Amino acid sequence: MLKPIVEYKDVHKSFGEVEVLKGINLDIYPGEKIAVIGPSGSGKTTIIRMLMTLEEPTSGDIYVDGKNLWKMEKNGEMVRANEKHLREIRSDIGMVFQHFNLFPHMTILENCMTAPIHVKKEDKEEVRERSIHMLERVGLGDKLNNYPSQLSGGQKQRVAMARALVMRPKIMLFDEVTSALDPELVGEVLEVIRDLAKHEDMAMVLVTHEMDFALDIADKVLFLDKGIIAEQGTAREVIEQSDNARLQEFLRRFRK
Amino acid sequence: MKWNWEIFFDAFPFVLQGLGITVGLTVTCYLFALLLGFFWTFLRRVPSRPFHWFVTWAMEFIRSTPPLVQLFFIYYAWPMIPGVGVTLSPFASAVLGLGIHFSTYIGEIYRSGIESVDKGQWEAATALNFSTYQKWRKIILPQAVPPVIPMLGNYFIIMFKEVPLASTVGAAGILYMANTYGARNWAYLEPLTIVGIIFLLLSYPSAIFIKKLERKMNTRFDKNTILENSQKGAVL
Repeated sequence: MLKPIVEYKDVHKSFGEVEVLKGINLDIYPGEKIAVIGPSGSGKTTIIRMLMTLEEPTSGDIYVDGKNLWKMEKNGEMVRANEKHLREIRSDIGMVFQHFNLFPHMTILENCMTAPIHVKKEDKEEVRERSIHMLERVGLGDKLNNYPSQLSGGQKQRVAMARALVMRPKIMLFDEVTSALDPELVGEVLEVIRDLAKHEDMAMVLVTHEMDFALDIADKVLFLDKGIIAEQGTAREVIEQSDNARLQEFLRRFRK
Repeated sequence: MKWNWEIFFDAFPFVLQGLGITVGLTVTCYLFALLLGFFWTFLRRVPSRPFHWFVTWAMEFIRSTPPLVQLFFIYYAWPMIPGVGVTLSPFASAVLGLGIHFSTYIGEIYRSGIESVDKGQWEAATALNFSTYQKWRKIILPQAVPPVIPMLGNYFIIMFKEVPLASTVGAAGILYMANTYGARNWAYLEPLTIVGIIFLLLSYPSAIFIKKLERKMNTRFDKNTILENSQKGAVL
């Protein structure tokens, strides 16, 4: 029996007075491709940001590979995790952001190389080769020494994916990665994700508004509504068999 | 009173003797302020509300008191405080007084630089699992510092022009020398004019240099600039 690589146990998250997530229970298995869909403000992004340690849950636990992410044991008690504990677990997780967040003061090759070299202390030449290979794979082999400001949005987002991939995460998070792109650039980014979904054995969690794409590549689809997972299952189950009225309305609005 | 070139040429070398002190004091004060500025910036980031409030208030206090008063306090009043009083040389008093005063401004500049870095840069650095030190060293400071270099340069010039305050406690810079010459020979017009000329000659070119620097920093990662530089074969 395969064990989940990530488990959410009754996770709540509030921002001030507003409770965005009201009890999330979710298992992510190694290699699984999950799409998270739902209306804006439903807390989709917050789910993956907590796993990336960018937001701390208000209550509940998240386990990565059986280890509690936000809590650690100290003198026989579970206390709030410190940075060292977070760093240890975080090395399994990678993320691609809506606004790319490339480092503007580095070339795109340096963007890819900096973390493996400085964080994982890997051999520079090996990292260089791997980075070049990865940038070629996302179709940017001829731009290695360009700066991010010289690239289009779609190209930037592909660099961001290469940068995350070079770290070899076990779980890769995609936070609305096409939302900030001009419509004509969305396709090239989705192609890369489709390629990754097909050929990589890491788990992937996609928060997205590209409904048809999500339903197409995902093993499991989560429909998030009003802070809970209102519906989940395979794409087929979710689309065809669910009688959740809000989901049906949502799908009608977003599918082409 | 008439302009007298003889006095001018007689006073010139005498006044110039103070240039070493003036420039040395400017540089020392400035370096001290740069260093202390880091300290303020760091203190303000300590996540404790009362502490943050205290530091903000202390900076505000230092900034809203005239540097001359602070200088006098350090030079004349501090030695008289029992227990902690220390008598400092005019030079040391000036470094301490002006250094502390300007460090509060420098600290603000650092802060503006750091805050100008997009929040997403921190998040990307976290996602790539950089340590806190590495985040600052590799990601944040390389982006936060260059844009504020011109502002820091401006403060160098401002400080240069404030340094004559130190003559009031006896630091023998060019103003002090001019005054001394004036008192001895009962001729102030020429030596004080010399002081003015020296300040102009030093600060005007510096200001131009900083303007240029500013333009360069603003377009650093600009598409066209990178293109231009690569055509020139320059390495960024």
